[in-house]
This record gives sequence, structure tokens and C-alpha cells, in this order.
Amino acid sequence: MTTLNPRSRPGFHLLSRLFTGFSLALGSGTALADYTWNFPKPVTPIGRDTLSMHNQFMIIITVLFVVVFAIMIYSMLKHRKSTGAEPARFSGPTGALQWFWVMVPFAMLLFIDFVLMGIPAFHAVIEMEDTRTKADMVLKVTGMQWKWQYEYPASGVKFISTLTTPREQIEGKEPKGENYLLEVDNEVVLPVGKKVRILLTSTDVIHTWWVPQFGVKRDAIPGFLRETWVRIEEPGTYRGQCAELCGKDHGFMPVVVRAVPEPEYLAWVDKKKAEMAAAAAGSDKTWTKDELMAAGKAAYEKNCAACHQPEGQGVPPVFPALAGSKIVTGPLLSPEGKLIPDSHVDRVMNGKAGTAMQAFKTTLSDADIAAIITYERNAFGNTKGDMIQPAQIKALR
Amino acid sequence: MNTASHTLDPHGAHAHHPTGILRWLTTTNHKDIGTMYLTFSLLMFFVGGAMILAVRAELFQPGLQLMKPEFFNQLIGVHALVMIFAALMPAATGFANWMIPLMIGAPDMALPRLNNWGFWLLPPAAILLTLPFVLAIFGIGDGAVATGWTLYAPLSVQGGIGVDFAIFSIHILGVSSIMGSINIIATILNMRAPGMTLMKMPLFCWGWLVTAVLLIITLPVLAGGVTMLLTDRHFQTHFFDAAGGGDPILFQHLFWFFGHPEVYILLLPVWGLMPHVLSTFTRKPIYGHTAQVWSFIAIGVLGLVVWAHHFLTAGLPVPALLYFMYSTMSISLPLAVLFFCWIATMWKGAMTFETPMLFALGFIVLFGIAGLTGLVLADVAADAQYHHSYFVVAHFHYALFAGGIMGVMTGVYYWLPKWTGHMYSEKLGKTHFWLTVVSFNLTFMPQFFLGLAGMPRRIPDYALQFAEFNAISTVGAFILGLSQLIFAYNVWACVKGGKKATAEVWESTSGLEWELSSPPPYHSWETQPVIKAN
Repeated sequence: MTTLNPRSRPGFHLLSRLFTGFSLALGSGTALADYTWNFPKPVTPIGRDTLSMHNQFMIIITVLFVVVFAIMIYSMLKHRKSTGAEPARFSGPTGALQWFWVMVPFAMLLFIDFVLMGIPAFHAVIEMEDTRTKADMVLKVTGMQWKWQYEYPASGVKFISTLTTPREQIEGKEPKGENYLLEVDNEVVLPVGKKVRILLTSTDVIHTWWVPQFGVKRDAIPGFLRETWVRIEEPGTYRGQCAELCGKDHGFMPVVVRAVPEPEYLAWVDKKKAEMAAAAAGSDKTWTKDELMAAGKAAYEKNCAACHQPEGQGVPPVFPALAGSKIVTGPLLSPEGKLIPDSHVDRVMNGKAGTAMQAFKTTLSDADIAAIITYERNAFGNTKGDMIQPAQIKALR
Repeated sequence: MNTASHTLDPHGAHAHHPTGILRWLTTTNHKDIGTMYLTFSLLMFFVGGAMILAVRAELFQPGLQLMKPEFFNQLIGVHALVMIFAALMPAATGFANWMIPLMIGAPDMALPRLNNWGFWLLPPAAILLTLPFVLAIFGIGDGAVATGWTLYAPLSVQGGIGVDFAIFSIHILGVSSIMGSINIIATILNMRAPGMTLMKMPLFCWGWLVTAVLLIITLPVLAGGVTMLLTDRHFQTHFFDAAGGGDPILFQHLFWFFGHPEVYILLLPVWGLMPHVLSTFTRKPIYGHTAQVWSFIAIGVLGLVVWAHHFLTAGLPVPALLYFMYSTMSISLPLAVLFFCWIATMWKGAMTFETPMLFALGFIVLFGIAGLTGLVLADVAADAQYHHSYFVVAHFHYALFAGGIMGVMTGVYYWLPKWTGHMYSEKLGKTHFWLTVVSFNLTFMPQFFLGLAGMPRRIPDYALQFAEFNAISTVGAFILGLSQLIFAYNVWACVKGGKKATAEVWESTSGLEWELSSPPPYHSWETQPVIKAN
């Protein structure tokens, strides 16, 4: 792998990081502020709480570790045969004083477990789970193989967010970019300082929505709603990933959240609404075949190529080939313009139960669906020559 | 502890059994079966290890270099299933077979034919688990189970034939483990030498007794869970499908009701053997025998009621979160008793540092890290950050490699001279220990930091900020993997020959097993020894 990125020189980087890490660790507790060795900088109240609790716990367990093993190492040095030590014969505490000393560590551990750690943990749980009190807005997150859909119920804004890192970078044919694997086409935009209640669900398998800097991680479970909340305190772009193994491209479904001041957020909502209106208008106009093919190629590569592959050859037997596929080269619609069960259009719109093939009518626009179907029928060596208009898809919904 | 009669039956030395492969297929002798369990375990340890080295090689640097994500997912899941079910559990069962009859003065296991069957179920199960890899090469199916060892629905409902193979493999392994457990419980409860009350019974046997009970309680739940998964996949039931009134989280409850006690199933036999090793090499009696027995029982009971801490991010209600957090934290108390007793056993002893002692000490320190990180993982709010990240991967490898595998190696070095009648090479043993400890930490310590920095587990490719630690971890993993070849060679050489071992083997031992010759006769304790009251 040759790249221009300075991070691609692991040797140099490694040494410098190890050096800073160790020197900080030797210095003082400030080592815990070096975020390479710890959680990334938290930007929500939960994130801050979690970090301070984590730091406190790490200190507690480090002290426990050092004390316990100092005793053990002392014993290993002192009570060895080579020093002429004579083994004692005791096999348990004898007398009240010894019993007292035996009980002290356990009393201390009880205190550590249920007071020192238990009480802050209790408050953190209550805070983390309080998703509803004074929530300013709601964001709905839907996980699907292998992308996220975001929906703002109040404004009706809804879009899909997918990875944009090019395959060439993943396969090492191009230098890797700064945000390799952590970049998407549509970032979620949230206003700074507002309490956002996040509802999560999934359309296929379990996914987990995780942004480390928010200190929030929650499963998205098909058929159920789960919830969590964030209040982002600083503007910025925050990156995370799906954290629950969800199939082939589990490693390739990042979460990117851009936090902006409220006016900017409102402007963004208006822009998104306008985009959606334009897309809806696309359903009603008549498209030329070239337009459909061009739009179809782009939409195919975004939504379909992960499984069916860019050249339509698929990954049989799990992800069938589209090139020469019976379904893709079958009839488009019935003579009356109705949907034929298990036809190409049916598959794309309604998916196939029990497989990764999802019902795209829930996530894609009429124009995208029409474009993808048209493209698939006339690409990868398929030569059906026919096409379908967005308006026809709209009628089938 | 004394025996009134430990003269060996002269006929015991003569083994009346077929030779060659038939001996091993038909044997009902606890020593033969123990040897087979241990050999199988060692073999599968290398199979599982090879898989994870392929994974670590892929993770050496960012980008996809060696394999497709689909294949990566198969390797990580099968690695875990192989290591847990085919390497660690059989190793512990091998110990039980060899040592429990010797330790309690029984001529053999209570149910010798069941014992033979229990072992011979393992190879077919291991083949079932790994066969889909081979089938995929011939274009049949899409490879082995690719869901991780946890088999979470609905991903596992969606998966290919590898999932079905894994389900049947788990069924067979479960049957094998239950038969082994029944046998161990029956042996321990019925065949102890006269005078050996339960409370006088060696701690290794106690560790196994609790393990066997846990297995019998939890394995049927796992078997039920994976059977429901099978019917969801093929017979249109909807146990785990919300669209049909089911719930995907139900699977997680069923899986972890087995899965959490499983951790203790793997560790209790090791906790049982540690005090024996420490007592031998400190030349001092075990400290707190009774306290350790009650700790085993307490850990077993608590282990049954904390399962949901494995999915605290799944959206459990607040009372459940609090309950599982505090109950999990409370496990630290009986575990602390064990640590206390181990260190108190060492205190004021006269220690020497032969290989088993080195492994025991390494175990205590590294398993201590697993225990302490486990304590912070119990905290629900912090767990939201650790969960599904490399922090957890590091934590459970400290528990299961440093705790489980290094514990097993402690036992192997400790008992190998007893089994073979030869001393192993101390020099190679110590080299193996130091290489293992250093490379283990080189592999897994960076994974704690990866997890904290936000790297999720089970991803084949990662963002650039994780590159350095992953590179270190891979280098460590390869040294760790290759060092185990020294172990295999050392064991092999010891079986073949070496300095003769005495009956006692070590300078200061106590227990019936050390009163028999090394190796013990094919049939031992045909006349039961009698334990005199102190």
C-alpha cells in the first residue's frame, strides 16, 4: 500500500504515539486526558459523565491491581525456597484478629462495588434512560443492511446515509482518505444544545447505532422501537459505526452526525425539504431512457452494488447475479399494467422475505426505483430494451 | 490425609484391551478417554488458532487485503465456537477423566461406556462445524456460520447452510457435554474413597462438580434456543420475528442464559486446579479450602442470574438494567475470596518456580485484569461505551486465554509427568511460558485501547486511527500462535521419553493421585483407599 497520507507511515507514528502515551502516563493523571489512550473527547452530558466515571473506575481498579499484586510479588520475593524460607502450616484464619484482617478486604470491596462505583453508576443509568423529559425534537434512525435511514418526524425530512469511501481505497488501489470508512453521502444534521430524543429500529437484522463522542450506543431491533437521547454541546462533525455484527458489510455502515447552531439547522431542514419536493416532482414527469439509465447507474451503485456487485455478477448463492437473471430479464408488468408477483419490479419494490433483499419502496423514491429497474434490464449484458417510468412506480405503491 | 491401603493390585498393571485403533474406539478406560479428550483439544486449539491468525493477518493494516468480509465473518465465529466447545471444554473434560478417579480413589468413572460415547461425539461435531468451509470450495453453500458465535437472530435466520451445520454441531456438543457432566456428578457423588467427605474432597473435583451442574442446567436452554432458531429458519415459526409476534431479544436471553454460565463452566475447573498447584510449589497447605468451595458454589449460583449484562445496550427497562448491574458487580465478592485464598496460600510458603507454578502465577495476574475490567464492564453507563468494542474482546481474552487456556496449560505441565511417567523439558516449558505471557499482552493489551478509542469488534476493515494498535496486536498474535508449537513439541517429547518421574513427581504434594506410580497402572485404585479422619 502506497499512500501520501502521513498516517500510512505506521513506524514513525507508532513510536511518537507510544512515546507521548508513556510520557503522559508517567507524568500524572493527565494521561487520562490523552484521548488516543482513552475515549474520544465527549460532547454530550452523557458522554462527559461516562468518561469521568470511566476514569474514576480505571483509577480504582488500577489501585486494586497494584495493591493486590504488590502483596503477591512481595510474597514471591520473600517466601521462596532459595532464600531458605521455611513453609508455614496455616490453612485458614485462626483467632479473632486474623478473621478481622481477612474481612477487611471484603468490606472494602463491598464499599467499592456498591458505593464508590455503584452510586455514580446508578445516577448515570437514570440520566441515560431519561429520554423524554424536556426533549426538544425527535430523530428516527432505521438501520438496514448496510446503511442508515434518518427521519425527522416534525419536518418530514427523510433520507438514507451510506458509505462514500470508494472501493479503490478499500482494496488498496488508491491512497486512503482522512476519514476512510467514516464518511457518508448524507450526514445527519442536528442542532447544538437541543435535547434530541432518538428512536431506533431496523428493517432486517439487529444493528447498533454508536457515536463514541456522544457516549451513546443503542441497538436497532427489527420490529421494535428503542430509544436514547443526545444533547450535543459543541458544533462539529462526529463519526461512529454500526457496532452489532449485521452481515457482510457490517464494517462499512458508518454514522456521521454534523452538529450546527440552530439557525443553520433550520436552513438545512428547508434545503432538504426542497430537495425532497424536487424528487417527488420527478415521479410525475416523463423521463427519457438515457436519463433513467444515468440516474439508474448512480442509484444502483449506491443501493444495490454492495450485494449484487458493480457488474451485476452477484455473490452466488447468497446474492444472486443480475446479469442474465431470469427475474431481471422477465416481463416488466402485466398487460394491464399491474404488478406480476415475483417479477423484477415486485422484487425491487417489495423485497424477498428472509433474505437481505429489502423492500426498497420504503426507502427509495419512485424515480430511483424506476431508474434502477431500467438500468438493471439494460446493463451487465442484459438487453431487454424496455423501461419503466417513475409515474408507473408511483401508481403501483 | 492418609491412606490405609495404597498397595497396587498386581493385576492392575496388565491392560487387557485391543491394540491399535480399536483400542481407542472401544476404550472405556478413564485414562485412555482422558488422553483422547486432551489430544483432541490440542488439535482443535491449533485449528481455532490458525483461523484467528488469518483474521489478525487481515487486520494487520487498514483495507481489505486477504479475504472478503463474508469469509472474515465466518472465521471469527467459527474461531470462537472451536476454541470454546472443541478446545477449552474438552481439555477440562480430559482433566476430569484423568484426575477425578485418581483424586477420589475410584477405579474408573461411574459410567465408562457413556464416557466413551461422550468423547466420540466430539469429532463428528467438529467436522459438522467446519465442513461448510470445505463444501463452499466445491460450490455447495456459502461457507460456515457467519454470525459470530452468538448466532443472534435475525442475522442467523437470514444466514446460509453454515448456520444449520452450526446448530446441529451445537446439539451434538451439548449432548456430549451433558453426558460428561452426568458421569462426573455420578462419579463424585458415589465413588469417593471411604472417609472422603464432600468437604474433604479435592478442590479440583469441587470445581468440576459445580461446572457439571451448571452444564446440566444451562445447555438444554441453549439447545432449545438453537432449535427454535432452526424452526424459524425452516418451518415458518416466528419465535424471533416481530412480524409474527416474536422477539429477536428473546434469542439473546436464551443464548446468554447459557452463555454467561459458560464462562464459569470454562473457568471453574481451572480455579479448582490452581490451589493444588500453588500448594505444591509453596510447600504449604491450601488456604481456605472450605471458603473456596463456597465461593465456587456462590459463583455458580450468581452466574446463573446475571446473563443480561451481555446485552445492556439492547434497550432493557431501567429496573432490569440496575438489577443486572448490581448482581454482576456482586460476583466480584466470591471471586475476591478466590484471589485472597490463592495469595494467602503463597504467603509464608517456600516457593519454587517450575513451569506449572509460572503458569499459575501468570494466570493469577492476567486473570486479575480480566476480573477488574469485568467489574467496570458491569456498569451500565460505561458499558454503553465498552460494549461491542475491542475493549470487550480484550476483556474476555484475558478471561478465556489467560484464565482458561493458561490455566489448562498449568494443569498440563503439573500433571504431565504423572500421566506419562516422564519429566517434560523445564527449559522449553519456561521458554514457552515467557513467550506466551509477553506475546499475549502484546496481542490483547492494545485491544483495550482500540476499544476505548471506538473500534467496534467483528469488522474486517477499520478507520485509520486504529492502525498502529492493530499492527502491534497482529505481531503479538503471531508470536503467541507460534509459541504454542513449543508447547505441542514439549508435550510430544514428554510422551515419547525423558527423565523418569517419581510417584510424587514434585517435592511436596498431597492427595491420592500422588500415591500411585507415574504413570499410574492402567487400572488404578481397584482396592479403594481409606481416608482417615484427622
